[in-house]
Amino acid sequence: MFRPVLAAAAAAAFALPAAAQQVLPAQSEIAFVTKQMGVPVEGRFKQWTAQITLDPKKADAGKVAFTIQTGSAAFGSPETDAEVPKAAWFNTAKFPQASFASTAVKALGGGRFEVRGKLSVKGSTQDVVVPVAVTQAGPASTATGSFVIKRLDFKIGEGEWADTSMVANEVTVKFKLALTGLAPV
Amino acid sequence: MSHPAPTATARYTAPAIALHWLLALMIVGAFGVGVYMHELPMSPTRLKLYNWHKWAGVTILALSALRLLWRLAHRPPADVAMPGWQATAAHATHVALYALFFIVPLVGWAYSSAAGFPIVWFGVLPLPDFVPVDKALAEAIKPWHERSAMLMAALVLLHVAGALKHQFVDRDGLIDRMRFGRR
Repeated sequence: MFRPVLAAAAAAAFALPAAAQQVLPAQSEIAFVTKQMGVPVEGRFKQWTAQITLDPKKADAGKVAFTIQTGSAAFGSPETDAEVPKAAWFNTAKFPQASFASTAVKALGGGRFEVRGKLSVKGSTQDVVVPVAVTQAGPASTATGSFVIKRLDFKIGEGEWADTSMVANEVTVKFKLALTGLAPV
Repeated sequence: MSHPAPTATARYTAPAIALHWLLALMIVGAFGVGVYMHELPMSPTRLKLYNWHKWAGVTILALSALRLLWRLAHRPPADVAMPGWQATAAHATHVALYALFFIVPLVGWAYSSAAGFPIVWFGVLPLPDFVPVDKALAEAIKPWHERSAMLMAALVLLHVAGALKHQFVDRDGLIDRMRFGRR
């Protein structure tokens, strides 16, 4: 009875694209900047996973996917952090995860890529376009980029917090990913 | 320059009088908001009050700098007659208040910066951080903003009590030196 299991495992292993990259969480970060009455306030997600499969020579076939634990968002100030899981903000009890799944990856040359995909947060899904710049030093690659989302598109900050004069609608998402296993760009 | 006799008409200059009363109102207002706001649960109201408090604090700091320069360039009217210890106490209170006009806002500014909330004056002018973002530093600074503000409040009460004593016990017209109106 082990044979089918082993066969399935082997098939799964071979099905994994050879170009899959490893993300090094300790050297990576996903942060976001909100503006509260004009004051930039930066937070970050402490727990997330990423699956990246990218052959820079065949970027079109690349796939990028993220799963983010919304409850791991932290600004570093206790008053603000206590708000994050509440229903008006991420509602982590009902929506514990946010996700991103690429739909198209395009190489722009010079280590730059454009990743289009669907961002799902708090039950809402929006198309986003993410510019990515990759720099390489030996076996290590670093992918950085930022993009702007509108928080109300995802109902982040409802009720009294929907007032964008208090907390701006635009939220900048910034990321830095340390990767191994990426072929030279 | 000869010392004019202390009469009811020897007054501070008009800008000094205007700055005194404007800053009195702003400081009492910012103090009241500060005492009230830190008890509030997180809400847009709390966020608004915190920012208003910070904007007021920076405005108080800027106006106090202007006021200090004006004070250094313009002699105040001579003291009214009073025992030496009272004059000394009054001057010491004034010096301490001037120092606190700078210390209280600067410590508050440092706390805000260290806590990771840079001040954006009136929501449009980002002010520099003169301390690094450091949570431990923020917690160390926080009580000193409150303590220095409470010391200022105590000295303001002493200052007001002294002025009222001159007005209603000594009846020496001292308050007229800081009075608005035609000369």
